[in-house]
Amino acid sequence: MSAPVLELKNVAKTYRVKQGLFGKPKPLKAVNDVSLKLGRGEVLGLVGESGCGKSTLAKILLGLEAPTEGQVLVDGDAIGGQDRLALAKRIQPIFQDPYSSLNPRKTISDIVSLPLRVHGVGDAESRAKAVRETLELVGLPARVLNTYPSQMSGGQRQRVAIARALIMRPEIVICDEPTSALDVSVQSQILNLLNDLRDDFGLTYLFISHDLAVIEHLATRVAVMYLGRIVEEADVEELFATPRHPYTRALLNSVLTPDPSQGVPDTQLGAAYPNPISPPSGCHFHPRCPFAQAECKAKAPRPIPTASGHVECHLHDPESTMYRENLSV
Amino acid sequence: MALQPTIDPLLEEISGPTPRQILRKRVRGHMGLLFGLGVVLLLVVVAILAPVLAPHDPYLQDLGNRMVKPIFMGGTWEHPLGTDHLGRDYLSRLIYGARVSLLIGGVAALISGVIGTAMGVAAGFFGGKVDAVVTFLINVRLAMPVVLVALAVVAIMGGSLQVVIGVLGLLLWDRFAVVMRASTLQVRQREYVSAAQAIGASTPRVILSEIMPNIVNNLIVIVTLEMAHAILLEAALSFLGLGVQPPTPSWGLMVSEGKNMMLFEPWLVLIPGVVLFVLVLAINLMGDGLRDVTAPESRS
Repeated sequence: MSAPVLELKNVAKTYRVKQGLFGKPKPLKAVNDVSLKLGRGEVLGLVGESGCGKSTLAKILLGLEAPTEGQVLVDGDAIGGQDRLALAKRIQPIFQDPYSSLNPRKTISDIVSLPLRVHGVGDAESRAKAVRETLELVGLPARVLNTYPSQMSGGQRQRVAIARALIMRPEIVICDEPTSALDVSVQSQILNLLNDLRDDFGLTYLFISHDLAVIEHLATRVAVMYLGRIVEEADVEELFATPRHPYTRALLNSVLTPDPSQGVPDTQLGAAYPNPISPPSGCHFHPRCPFAQAECKAKAPRPIPTASGHVECHLHDPESTMYRENLSV
Repeated sequence: MALQPTIDPLLEEISGPTPRQILRKRVRGHMGLLFGLGVVLLLVVVAILAPVLAPHDPYLQDLGNRMVKPIFMGGTWEHPLGTDHLGRDYLSRLIYGARVSLLIGGVAALISGVIGTAMGVAAGFFGGKVDAVVTFLINVRLAMPVVLVALAVVAIMGGSLQVVIGVLGLLLWDRFAVVMRASTLQVRQREYVSAAQAIGASTPRVILSEIMPNIVNNLIVIVTLEMAHAILLEAALSFLGLGVQPPTPSWGLMVSEGKNMMLFEPWLVLIPGVVLFVLVLAINLMGDGLRDVTAPESRS
């Protein structure tokens, strides 16, 4: 891996949630001790259930939320110390819902040129030129310039959102489920566009998704998130070939097969997603884990290095008694 | 997953009318809005051109021609709507009275609009302590009866156009604050606000160029409602003798001056009453219509 362009060191975000009128605020660890490294040109796929902290992590990276602990480094500089504008030049978002991410009262040219105007780049003429070039880049004709988002399809809108993210030529793009609101036929177009743009501009993506097929198609590395923690991280081939964490296995099993007669796959997860305000003791995953034992309830697993990443599970901890049982299975 | 050929986006149709076209079409199909807008515009023109349109000086007394009946009750074209108890031409007073009503309605709505919008948007956008303070102020304001407070202030300060405008302007901001706060809370959740913040846009910029354009339609509706409210309150205050002072022509004052003769010459009260009713109805219809045509639900 080349020098990391984006690095997260033990990042945590704790919200204080007030329950009831006189209730004491309780801590909610939305993101808990997350460390990640992204090299230039890499695509890190971040997967996990709803509510596991994916979007909070994205907000921290965009500078919209300050982490309560830890550091985010871009090219080795902590982003807490940088001012907003400098950060915005390097990291840009593409949001999930192109129906909500474009201001309905603005024309496409207003929307795409906003970053240039905020950063005071060029004059009106050079900005107009940059907007046209960027729209061409994402496959939109110049005649959309004076139209409004309501006149466009979802795929076209998402292209506009991509153009807005790329016009400042950022190094890192945070894609928060950029295709989940789109039709399947349009999804592949947008994914291919993102892939092409990465090649052309050497972009680094943090790609948040719950669609594993999308991750497999696009990502080079995958991080699996559960209740605010990264429970497994590995190169994409390795993760899909040999998933180690029971949660990763369940996620991979949950992918629907094209054959409807097989029905909805059984993930064996049983219990519902736990309440993040009072997470389970020990390993947060133990109430749903088919392999859980007494040790999982008592002790939180530590990160165990693997061939290309790490996993947090007692089954893979050589010091745990469960490790030997795992080997014999 | 195999790479699929990207469909040439040039072939994808950019279809549908622009928001402006949709708006124009909707306005044309909305009878209430057209009627309200028409009446309000007509009255604004009448108020502006009062010196040209009024057949007589509204202050000129002619004690020899007191309470001449209007044309539809057997009067003459010399005084189409008759004269009042001091022999002043009723039509001229009505025309000049439109100035007072529209001025008070407009300026009071403007003042309270600025106060209420600033408070509401700040509360909705910043939340937390700011929101708590604004919500408290709104509750305090809602607990005060407008007419009573206005009466007390006018009684202390003395009635005049400026005092009435000032009092109403400082009292009628509650609905602005409530509605703007709710709309801002709603719009603030949209991802384009996050996108603008991620781009590095400053807070004033986010509020003015991302949030305001999306809540301004609600604002227009409240402006019209509060205008009608202020006009009615002015009429009420003037009727009670604590608003605009004689001899300034005001519709509320005209009703008040006519009430002594109401049993014998009911038109003295009816004419300004009907005009007041029509103006308030027109403004309300206009507000309702504006809400209908700008509502995002039926967009697309």
